Parts: sequence; structure tokens; C-alpha cells
Amino acid sequence: MLEAERDGVHALLIAPTGAGKTLAGFLPTLASLARGERRGLHTVYVSPLKALSVDVSRNLMAPIAEMGLDIRVETRTGDTASHKKARQRVAPPDILLTTPESLSLLLSYPEAGAMFEHLRTVIIDEIHAFAPTKRGDLLSLALARLQRLAPNLRRVGLSATVADEAGHARWLAPGSDDASVRLVRGEPGAPPQIDILVPKSRIPWGGHTARHAVPAIYDLIQRHRVTLVFTNTRANAERLFQDLWSANSESLPIALHHGSLAAEQRRRVEAAMSSGSLRAVVATASLDLGLDWGDIDLVIQVGAPKGASRLLQRIGRANHRLDEPSRAVLIPGNRFEYLESMAARDAALAADLDGEPFRPGGLDVLAQHVMGLACAEPFEPDDLFDEIRTATPYGHLRRADFDDTLEFIESGGYSLRAYDRFRRLVRMPDGRYRVSHPRLIQQHRLNAGVILDAPMLEVKVGRRSLGRVEESFAEQLTPGDTFLFAGRVLEFERLEKTTLYARPSFKPEPMVPAYLGGRLPLSANLADRVRRFLAEPAAWRRFPEEVQEWLEMQRRVSVLPEADGLLVETFPRRRKHYMVAYCFEGRAAHQTLGLLLTRRMERLGLAPLGFVANDYALAVWSLYRVENPEPLFSPDILHDELNQWLARSALLKRSFRDVAVISGLVERQHPGLRKTGRQLTISSDLIYDVLRQHEPDHLLLRATWADARGRLTDIDRLAAFLERMQGHIRPKPLSRVSPLAVPILLEIGQERIEGSAEEVLLAEAERLMREATR
Amino acid sequence: MTTENAFTFHGDVFVALPEHALWWPRRKALLVADLHLEKASSYAQRGQFLPPYDSLQALGQLEDLVQRLGAQEFWCLGDSFHDPQAAMRLLPDVRARLQRLTSGLFWVWVTGNHDPSVDAALGGVSMSEMMLDQFTLRHEADPTESRPELSGHFHPKLRLMVRGQAINRRCFACGGGKLILPSFGPLTGGLDVTDPAIARLLGEEGQALVPTQSGLRRYPIGALSF
Repeated sequence: MLEAERDGVHALLIAPTGAGKTLAGFLPTLASLARGERRGLHTVYVSPLKALSVDVSRNLMAPIAEMGLDIRVETRTGDTASHKKARQRVAPPDILLTTPESLSLLLSYPEAGAMFEHLRTVIIDEIHAFAPTKRGDLLSLALARLQRLAPNLRRVGLSATVADEAGHARWLAPGSDDASVRLVRGEPGAPPQIDILVPKSRIPWGGHTARHAVPAIYDLIQRHRVTLVFTNTRANAERLFQDLWSANSESLPIALHHGSLAAEQRRRVEAAMSSGSLRAVVATASLDLGLDWGDIDLVIQVGAPKGASRLLQRIGRANHRLDEPSRAVLIPGNRFEYLESMAARDAALAADLDGEPFRPGGLDVLAQHVMGLACAEPFEPDDLFDEIRTATPYGHLRRADFDDTLEFIESGGYSLRAYDRFRRLVRMPDGRYRVSHPRLIQQHRLNAGVILDAPMLEVKVGRRSLGRVEESFAEQLTPGDTFLFAGRVLEFERLEKTTLYARPSFKPEPMVPAYLGGRLPLSANLADRVRRFLAEPAAWRRFPEEVQEWLEMQRRVSVLPEADGLLVETFPRRRKHYMVAYCFEGRAAHQTLGLLLTRRMERLGLAPLGFVANDYALAVWSLYRVENPEPLFSPDILHDELNQWLARSALLKRSFRDVAVISGLVERQHPGLRKTGRQLTISSDLIYDVLRQHEPDHLLLRATWADARGRLTDIDRLAAFLERMQGHIRPKPLSRVSPLAVPILLEIGQERIEGSAEEVLLAEAERLMREATR
Repeated sequence: MTTENAFTFHGDVFVALPEHALWWPRRKALLVADLHLEKASSYAQRGQFLPPYDSLQALGQLEDLVQRLGAQEFWCLGDSFHDPQAAMRLLPDVRARLQRLTSGLFWVWVTGNHDPSVDAALGGVSMSEMMLDQFTLRHEADPTESRPELSGHFHPKLRLMVRGQAINRRCFACGGGKLILPSFGPLTGGLDVTDPAIARLLGEEGQALVPTQSGLRRYPIGALSF
């Protein structure tokens, strides 16, 4: 790293978790400051989490004090007091630790030029968590501006091991020039030791909770110093935590940590962990990132790991010493998850990581960034366009899209030019643009930011706050319903504005929370490996007997899915006809395919009744038998049915809600009055309807489509799959359900029905209420 | 479609239209509430550029309804304009179309809290409240009113959770001699019909009415808010 600094080149440091990456990133800065090279702000450090900046600040202080250096290190996040922020703008520290949102806001102040003029280094931590996201877009644009303010600025990226090193280097480099970035690879460390646990060689057909394994998990906790137990959803974390407490005969200190819990409660758990007073923590992705705290000697992954990179990241939480292997135990919840766990283990040991797709930057983020820059100082459009194109996600930005973005900021960008007299930007005689009114600058700063939380409600018992749940979860509850939250069973009482009131319940069995917090997609890499397992009976000898028997039975009763073919089973059951397709493309893609297939089946008169998707397969049931699945799985389904469906679905509205706020169309905040998520929903949905009807090609609707396609539907993955499967569809009519189909059929009943049936539901609700109130 | 959503209210037959308007067959009268014309441009003045099509869209729907039903009277129950200057911001052709519409039949602007007076050049008559047959028409329901009353103001909305599916749509609300119309304006949000502000006015018999393709749905408000 020091070498890269001496040569004045950008650097990307790739090293496994726990290799002291962050400190390595700061080393050149400390050396340079020790040499007395200081003229104002020297180094900016950007991390994805506020908490991380605070941790880093603490960890930096030690070496600085040891070296006896006089270096000022400060953090700047949304939580920083405004007088401190104002002071930082005129008298910046030597090292500033911040987040992309705060950095972007800093750039909207007129002082930005003077503040960053002598900036030497910008360090981006956990770069792999940023690159393919909208926060990454914002950060990349901010880097382009920093580079213009300080042309000799050196960019330093810190990354966990990633599949696509060149892609990350390109993302980091100004002007996508990855040759300007020196790759520095950390010591690989000892390979991890990963075991798959199948207690008493019993493994359930379906489900993801691994309740059968609770005694085994407890046993592992007892035999280790500190254990970190990861689950894939918050609901599963809650459930497992409760089960562990019931099994906790020794009264071991076990805690729970997930993103819905109150921040204060999470901090308490983290503190208890680092002081060594806990024996285990049950956690979700909320602990995937972050510094090392505590002496963890075992990581348990409950349920399938979903991706090799994620698994390695989680395993890296254990044993932050490079010379000893990290220890992990995987506990699959069902038989498919066993195959997936095996695949993940193989991939992790072979360092075969999942690639994240890079995609073009969002136009909504661009609009926010440009408005921010305009708040700092007037800009010249041609110069700005060139600057923006040096940000890799916007490397291929078309001039027309840039001009549309300017028009959007200026007066809304509508073809009906109704707002010319209210322009937010005015053109000065020299061709530059400036903001028309200081009030707009204040408004922008209040609204800027890219992370949009799903509207959340506070959960309170009496006056005590326990944390937050998604609004959509709360909407499903009726008074008296019980659910698991913060490790206990609560009974829902009432909703009041943005607060959910509950009281402790003594029922041992809660209604299982349906909230999906943190559901993870299956990586394409693992899906491929699982597919190959099934196609190669020779590989089965490594599996427990029960899994082998299951696959053998499948081979006898039906056939096995081929590595490069699509098995489609059809069979009757209880006077309905089922069709199960083993696509292995992940739940999101299957879900979309299910929606499209049922539409097409409707058109073909097959009377589809419902469908269910998991990560491995899709099951559809109908009144009539599917004689020939071939036309159902034709790629044209993505043109004919997809657009129709997308245009009407709630998906686009959800994306539009984000796009509307990010782009600044809808205000997130008024001075002194924060809008609640609920109010926001109403207005952005209404705006969406009007806009779609009158100006379907508007910039924001284009941004919305890009958002929805990229984010939720895995359309590209589905398109590639259907294309590949043409001519390789293997129909298999059966007289009854096959062994492989059992896990997916067990999931039936967990899916929600779709919007087209709304009128039927209205009638049903009326009937029910009439009965109830008669 | 117009007869399926018919209901009787204090001796007269009315039809709740899925377009969020009320049809009074005996008088051949159309009633709408809370058009909030030029709401978008009102926000635009503050630098928030909502799509400038809300007035155009509302007007198009009104023209269609008048023509389809052969309306002879038109009653706007207040808050027809989003703010006192809204009428001046109407785009010229929208303004001309509105004038054409108001001159083609007996048109009344009942005034509301957003639009205490209406620009006379737009045509129609303006009044703060009106007694019509056995009914009183006004913008905001008056708890002391003894006659049956038709009003707007509250933008009532029905929120339901059925089989895990959230339903959220504008509705009519009636009870205690009062019928409250949903808001008509495309960019107008709503107030949950179970909100005390509405429920209190309607009393124990309060109901939410939702017109659908297959007939009028009725939901006792007491059952919605249990």
C-alpha cells in the first residue's frame, strides 16, 4: 500500500475479513501526516455504515497515540451535531470519516472547493458492498467531483475477496480506466474449516427453520467460547432465539441481533459481545459487515447460505487471526438446502465466488447529485457532463439523458411546459446554471440521501420501544394476533400513526411472523453447482443416507433434472393438475416466471389456480392438465406477458416511490416536519398514476423501469435461462407427486394472491363482516 | 353499471359511481367533491414539480361523465380549486374547456376551505351551501345539521386487509343522515374512513360504500375499526 502511495497510483486492496485491511488503508495517510505533510483535510474515509466510522475512529486513535502523532480524526454522519458540521466545513480535521450520503451533502456547500482542494487520499471501505447499488452510484459521482476539486487525489478501495476484481478496479478508477488502479492482494490466510451438520442424520423434507437441529446447536454453543449463529431472515432469527432459550438448561448468556431491533438494543448486544460476556448471538445480515468485536471461535449458518461470497464473509467473523482456520458449521433446513450447503462449502473452499452484476447508474441519483452540485456553485453543462462520465456507472451516459435530467431539475421535464415560470435552475449570461432561490438549496439538503428505508413502524410495549417493523407486516395484523419480536411473544393491540402497540403474551406459540426482513437471493453460482450435483449420481456418496435415498427415489419414480435441461413434471393431485419446473434460478426469478406462466395459462384456457416458488423450483396448479409445457416456457413470454403485468403491478409503484424521493420530485422532509412513510405512499402512487397516463416516457418512469427490473424481478437472469432452455425442455408426466416435488409443495399456502382478484376480495370482506356483525 | 351501484338515501335513489362521483337520477344531477384543480402547480410554486396534468385529467373525466349520463345539473361540493389563485393558473385550453362545460348545464360551485370564492369568469353559480329538496348540500358536514346532508371535505378512504392483501381505495361514507363523497382530484390523498373525524359524524350506523363492477359493497365502520 505504501508503494502504491509512493508511485502515486490508485489502489484496490483485496483481502479476507480480519486481515487488518482498514488499518492498511490508513497506513500511507499516517506516514504522510507523520512526515508533516498537511494542508487542511488530508484523507476522507467512506464506509457503508455509520457505526463503522465510529469503530474505525476508535481503532485509529490507538496507533496514532502510540506513534505520538498530533492528528485530528473526526466523524461526520447524519448523527453529527450541526454546529460540529459547520465547524468541520471551515476548519476540517486531518482525517474525516463519513458515509456516501454525508459526503454528497458536503459537496452541496459552497465551501466544498476550499475544503477538498488539498485532499490527498479517499479511502472507500467495503467497496464490494457499494459497487452495484444506488448508494454506489452516488458515491461514484461524489468521487468524480472530488477528483475535479483535487486532481491529484488518490483513490484507495478496500474490499473483501470478490469474484470480479477487474470490475471493482474499474468501478474505483476515474474514467473506468482500471489500468490506473494497482491491485494489492492481502495474505489469503488459512482456509476455513466448514462442516455440514445433519443431527442424527435426520433432515426434513421442507421448511427453513432447522428446528430439528436446536439441541445440536445448543450443544455446539456449550462447547465453544463464543458462537455467532446466522439465519437468513429476521423471522427465523426470532424463532431460533426463542427455541434456544427454551433449550437453555445452563442459562448461558445468548442474545439476539437484527436490523429491526432498536439501535440502542443492538449497541448493547455489540458491547456485551466485545466485552466477552456473551456466549452466543443469533443474528441476520445485520452483522455481515463491521469490525471485529469479541473472540468468536465458531460461526453457525442456519438454513442455506445462498451464496459463496456471503458464506465466506460470515465465516470471516470468526477468529480474526490469519494463521488459524475459521471454523463454521452449516445446518441445512431441508434436503434441497443440504445440496445447497454442500455446493456453498465446495465453492467457498475452492474460492469460487459469486459475481455481482454491475449496472448503469440510476438517473434519479444523477438528478439528486446535479442539484447538489448546483447548490454549491453554478455549473457549466458541458463540463459537468464530462465530469459525470468519469464516474464509472455513468461512463456511457447519453447526452440526451443528461439533458433530460437537467430539464427535470429545471422545471420538471414535462412535455407540457407548465412550470417554466417556476424554474429551479436559471441560466446565467455566461451559459452557466445556478439555483434560482436559496430556499430550494435548503430544501435539497433536507431531502438528499439515497438509502430509503421501507416505511417502518415503531414497536412499543407500553411506553418502551423495542424496535421497528415494516409497515407491510403491521398491516396484516389484527388485534389479538401474536407474533415474535425482540425475542418474545407479543400480542398486537393497535396501530397509532407510526407506532404499533403490543403487550406481552403468554402464549408459547405465536402466529409466525410473515415478515421477510432480509430474505436473500440464491446466487447463480450455487444454483449451477446444485444442478450439477443432481445430474451426477457419483457425487452423492458424500451425502447422508437420507439425502441419497431421496435422490435415488426420484430417479426411480421420475427422472433427475439434467445440468443443461429443464425438467417439467406434471401430475394430478386432489382433482387439480400440478406442474413443477426445476429451474434453479432463485426465488425472485421463479416468482416472476410464475406470474407470467399463469397469465399465459389463463389465455390458453388451462384455468390456473395458483403457484408457489422457492429458490429451486416453481409449482403451478390448474383445473386442466398441461399437455405440452413447451409453449409455456418460451422466451416470448417475457415480451408478451411481462410488460402487461409489470405495468399494472405494485412493483413499479414501489420503485417509483424510491425514484420520486431520490430524484427530489417528492419531498422527504420539510423543515421542521418529517413526512411519515404512509403519507409518502399515497402521494407518490397518485403521482405515478397521473404520470403514467399522460407522459409514459418521462425521465422518472424510465428510471423506475430500470429500478424495478434490476432490483426485484431478476428479468435478465430469467431471459437468459429461457433462451438457454429452448429445445431442452424435458416434460415428464407422472401419476403422482415425485420426491423432488415434495419440498416445493410444502410451501403452498405461504404465497399471497395477486392484485387482479381485488374485487373478489372486496366481496369476500363484505360477506365476512356481514356475518360477523349480524 | 349505473344501476348496480344504486342505493337509497333518505327517500331518494342515488348511484355511487366508480369514478368517485355521485349520480342523482331523479334530478339528473352529478355531484363531485374536492376536485383540487391545479394542486400540482400549487406545489410547483414551491419548487416541487408534480406532473402538471391533474386538472386536465379531472376535466376529461368530468366531461365524459356529463356526456355519458346526460347530466342536467352539476354540483361541486367545495375545494374545487386547490388554492385561491388556482383558477388563474389553469392552462388556457383547460380553462376554455372548463368554461364550455359549465355553460352547458346548470353548474354550482359550493365553496370550501381551499376555495372561499370562485372566479366568476369560469361560469356557474357560486354559493356556500344549498338546500335542495329534502337535502342540504355543503362542503364540510355540520354536526348540528338536522336535514339529510351531502358533503365532501374529508376524502374518505377504505383500508382493508383481506387474505394478506392490502386494499386501499376511495369510498363514500354514510350514516346519521350524512353522505360524504370521496375526493375526485387525481392527486388527492385520503383519510381512513375509520378516523374519528369521520366516524364521529356518522354515528353507530356509519358505513363505507364502495362501488364495484359487480355492485355496491357496504362495510360497517364499526367492524372495520375493531
